[in-house]
Amino acid sequence: MTKIVVAVKYVPDATADRTFESDNTVDRENVDGLLSELDEYAVEQALQVVEAGDGEVTVLTVGPDDAADAVRKALQMGADAGVHVVDDAIAGSDAFATSLVLAKAIEKLDYDLVFFGMASTDAGMGVVPTLVAERLGLPAVTYASEVTVNGDTVSIRRDGDAASQTIEATGKVVVSVTDQTGEARYPSFKGIMAAKKKNVDEWSLADLGIDASEVGLDNAWTGVESNSPRPPRAAGEIVTDEGDGGLKLVEFLAGKKFV
Amino acid sequence: MSEVLVLIDAVDGKVSKPSLELLTIARAIGAPSAVVFGDADTATLSGYGAEKIYTYADQAFQDFLVAPKAEALAALIAEKSPAAVLVPSSAEGKEIAARAALKSGSGLITDAVEVAVDGGNITTTQSVFAGSYTVAAKVTKGAPVIAVKPNSVAPVEAAGAGAVEAVSFEVSDAAKGAKIVTSEPKAASGRPELAEAAIVVSGGRGTGGDFSEVEGLADALGAAVGASRAAVDSGWISHTFQVGQTGKTVSPQLYIAAGISGAIQHRAGMQTSKTIVAINKDEEAPLFELVDFGVVGDLKTVLPQATVEINKRKG
Ligand SMILES: Cc1cc2nc3c(=O)[nH]c(=O)nc-3n(C[C@H](O)[C@H](O)[C@H](O)COP(=O)(O)OP(=O)(O)OC[C@H]3O[C@@H](n4cnc5c(N)ncnc54)[C@H](O)[C@@H]3O)c2cc1C
Repeated sequence: MTKIVVAVKYVPDATADRTFESDNTVDRENVDGLLSELDEYAVEQALQVVEAGDGEVTVLTVGPDDAADAVRKALQMGADAGVHVVDDAIAGSDAFATSLVLAKAIEKLDYDLVFFGMASTDAGMGVVPTLVAERLGLPAVTYASEVTVNGDTVSIRRDGDAASQTIEATGKVVVSVTDQTGEARYPSFKGIMAAKKKNVDEWSLADLGIDASEVGLDNAWTGVESNSPRPPRAAGEIVTDEGDGGLKLVEFLAGKKFV
Repeated sequence: MSEVLVLIDAVDGKVSKPSLELLTIARAIGAPSAVVFGDADTATLSGYGAEKIYTYADQAFQDFLVAPKAEALAALIAEKSPAAVLVPSSAEGKEIAARAALKSGSGLITDAVEVAVDGGNITTTQSVFAGSYTVAAKVTKGAPVIAVKPNSVAPVEAAGAGAVEAVSFEVSDAAKGAKIVTSEPKAASGRPELAEAAIVVSGGRGTGGDFSEVEGLADALGAAVGASRAAVDSGWISHTFQVGQTGKTVSPQLYIAAGISGAIQHRAGMQTSKTIVAINKDEEAPLFELVDFGVVGDLKTVLPQATVEINKRKG
């Protein structure tokens, strides 16, 4: 029986025009949100581990009311139960505060493994999995392109720049997976119907014994001072190849001193 | 002058270019102290301004993922109270930085593309939302721990004392959890490193699986080769070469994309390139919105023609 907690994030749709609020936090109101695509891979891998043996997948999110949608999607994919930590005081939290809330919530759950996506698709620092492991005092095997669970040993393959590595850890382990682990499934009609009956617990900071002074924008250890849209690129020159497209390309490159 | 700790990345003793960039940035903040786990050529480090070089020899630093290094770095931060800590913004660098920052009660910034120093004030710039926005940020607590992307500055030589200090540090058992059991080094391509290259030529699904035209142009220009995820997912080229949200972010002087449509996730990895060129059969391809120069045409004829012409001009 393997109990897996999958931590997921509700993020603004990356294909929409994402912007900021006046306090330099990510605008989560005016852009449609969804379960971060990179977390779908984590849900998928957790489901595969459980399906290969015996176990249970609990999906956990920290976020505003709408973040319940991200939990719902994971339940539709096949996760068994959900936990949504929601509290106004959490808004604007940095990676450290987020990792605190996640770690406290995970401690409250009965678990063997914790799965994450490799990074969120909004802030995208990619450090929350390692921070949660640090707080829980657990080993972290991160950026997995392949995950194998064998008894109480987790083995991953990491396709790094300098080397392709196999990394192992035993006992309770934190795992983060990349989009190389394989396509995530779409919710089936049956899955969508079944998800309606699955239980989602809502927890507040008080439920986790966390004080509001430990989280939120005002208590972040880093501040965003300003944001600015990237200036639009000046319209470039586009030519249609009429047998001399390569030559025209070289003319352009030579003009810029690349040749 | 207060110390600035710089985490050095080296392979077989050879110091990486991003590490030299970090030393260059560090000099604007204070006195650079290189932090080396394993081997790094000390002459190079002092040649780029390292006043001190802290070395750690324990095999545990090589055998386990980030936790031992983070532990040692946090202890060094506690002992030296540095003005800042700079690390390479790689997957490993960011994880070491995050854990060390948490242990030290220090704020963390990752993916900085610029580090501006004004007196004691450090402000960083990051590119966010697939490169469509930039943000300026500051650490407000503790010694700023900043992970800096490659190519943020040009490395500049400057002589430093380079005093080597071997640090003995006992790695805790708790940090020895994630063991590297096998490691197969990747064969060097002989081309520049993708994330560090001045010119990148990338191919996508439009190559149809044959990267020879892309590689030919890359070699004529002395460029690195890149790819879209579609090309990687098709098994045509290793993930190491992927440009984009889940691959590398590149910001070269020149980025040439051949047979790549320009999905938001691909743009995320190349949008900040100085000059952008695309070759695509489809004049409606979204990548044409970003280009300085575009050719609507078949990459199978355009790239070889350009390659031959460049080689001819080089003589
Ligand atoms: C969570 C997530 C993360 C992702 N991360 C990344 C990432 O890191 N990097 C990335 O690249 N993508 C990423 N993607 C995938 C991305 O959405 C696109 O699917 C991908 O970039 C498409 O690759 P492509 O442009 O090569 O293929 P296509 O979109 O299929 O485009 C191929 C192009 O080639 C052109 N073409 C075809 N034949 C020729 C020819 N002979 N000559 C010239 N042109 C030709 C076509 O006109 C077309 O424009 C990610 C997606 C998700 C959901």
